[in-house]
Amino acid sequence: MKILTCPLNGPRPVSEFFYWGEVRPMPEPTTASDDEWADYVFNRNGAPGVKREWWCHTPSNTWFIAERDTEKDVVLKTYFYPGEE
Amino acid sequence: MPWRLLRFALNKKHPEPRMFTHHDKLKSSYDVVIIGAGGHGLAAAYYLARDHGITNVCVLEKGYIGGGNTGRNTTIIRSNYLTPEGVKFYDESVKLWQDLSTEFDLNLFYANRGHFTLAHTDSALRTMRWRAEVNKHYGVNSEVVGPEAVKEAAPMIDLSCAGHAPILGALYHAPGSVARHDAVAWGYGRGADQRGVEIHQQTEVLGIDVQGGKVKGVKTSRGYIATNKVLCAVAGSTPRILKMVDVKTPLYIHPLQAMVSEPVKPWLDPILVSGSLHVYISQSARGELVMGASLDPYELHGTRSTLDFVEGLSTHMLEMFPFLSNVKVMRQWAGMADMTPDFAPIMGKTPVEGFYLDSGWGTWGFKATPVCGKTMSHTLVNDTPHPLITGFSLERFRNFALTGEKGAASVGH
Repeated sequence: MKILTCPLNGPRPVSEFFYWGEVRPMPEPTTASDDEWADYVFNRNGAPGVKREWWCHTPSNTWFIAERDTEKDVVLKTYFYPGEE
Repeated sequence: MPWRLLRFALNKKHPEPRMFTHHDKLKSSYDVVIIGAGGHGLAAAYYLARDHGITNVCVLEKGYIGGGNTGRNTTIIRSNYLTPEGVKFYDESVKLWQDLSTEFDLNLFYANRGHFTLAHTDSALRTMRWRAEVNKHYGVNSEVVGPEAVKEAAPMIDLSCAGHAPILGALYHAPGSVARHDAVAWGYGRGADQRGVEIHQQTEVLGIDVQGGKVKGVKTSRGYIATNKVLCAVAGSTPRILKMVDVKTPLYIHPLQAMVSEPVKPWLDPILVSGSLHVYISQSARGELVMGASLDPYELHGTRSTLDFVEGLSTHMLEMFPFLSNVKVMRQWAGMADMTPDFAPIMGKTPVEGFYLDSGWGTWGFKATPVCGKTMSHTLVNDTPHPLITGFSLERFRNFALTGEKGAASVGH
């Protein structure tokens, strides 16, 4: 992957982007147990596969989702987080 | 020693047996199965056989011996870490390194060069002071030195780093060394092999049989093995194995790249590291400059290398050593680094009985090879973590008690 397609700015060099990890649902902080919270804070799905990830196009500060195969380094699609356009 | 080499010249046939015994078949069961025939896995096998008399051991390797991160690192050995846990652990490792060539009767090209971690800012200098004081407290030889000491050790350096990152001082660590990385795996492998350990290359682990929370066996591409103890020492492939036993960890994989230049005459004796410029550099015994930078910026389970990396690293390298502008880059490569949030490894027992982890070796695993073998073999035999690795347990995350090893790999965190 050398070119990543920003949903706002189109195809741009990957050096313009910032990677912020897999999209993960946050448990409710006030009701989560210590174990659930530690699991959310620290544990990661480190195995290879197709993942939904947060990326940011830094010059325009555009946050979006990329679906990427982390073994082949191929981006399947990019789109805004549902409800944010 | 040189006289012994004459045999090779005078004999028509190669006068020594092959380095590793080839085994046609896997046995149906072993006392211990080690996944990964890199330095760490083979060292554990070696110490299990030598120190604990356990020789019914099988080392499984999906590729070839030392073909993973053991053969992909930049070969630096040091112990100038920041946390007491880290300093004690790596110091033990450095002491083991110093005797390995003699122990294996194999030249590891272990070369004591001295190691400078450069500080370009006041805050970096403060961290160097902190590390030096922790090191000295535990008897490790580290000093904060001024720019003139850096200039004396590496006269070709531009102390201003092209004017924008002047070197204010450095952490000098006299025991810092380099060694030939493949030879370490070969030495441990041969030593284990001679003591009866079986090394099976081209044998992939496809599954781990866990029943009632206990390890019962391992499914491989060459058949099933019954065993009660499995040690996982596979660096960047660790999350794939963890998926088989359903153990959750904070491990995530980013590639770490490195490159070497064409060989040039010896001009650089010490090892130099700059955290701010993302550069580490040493000169190998063959004259190549061995260079590395920081982690790739996103998760990837592959070992592709990029032009971005060469461009970025070369730019910073030329700021430190402008005279290198005509030197050619000869090779580049990548390894998969298994990173942890606190830059300390994850070692010891897991929630699955009989499944032991030697992981989280990110960008700092090579130097720990001997001590990992020692401590993991002890942990397997006694089913309780060796005192040197209690700070590295998987439990520390659940307890919110991280180890905070900011001295790890000096670069790019």
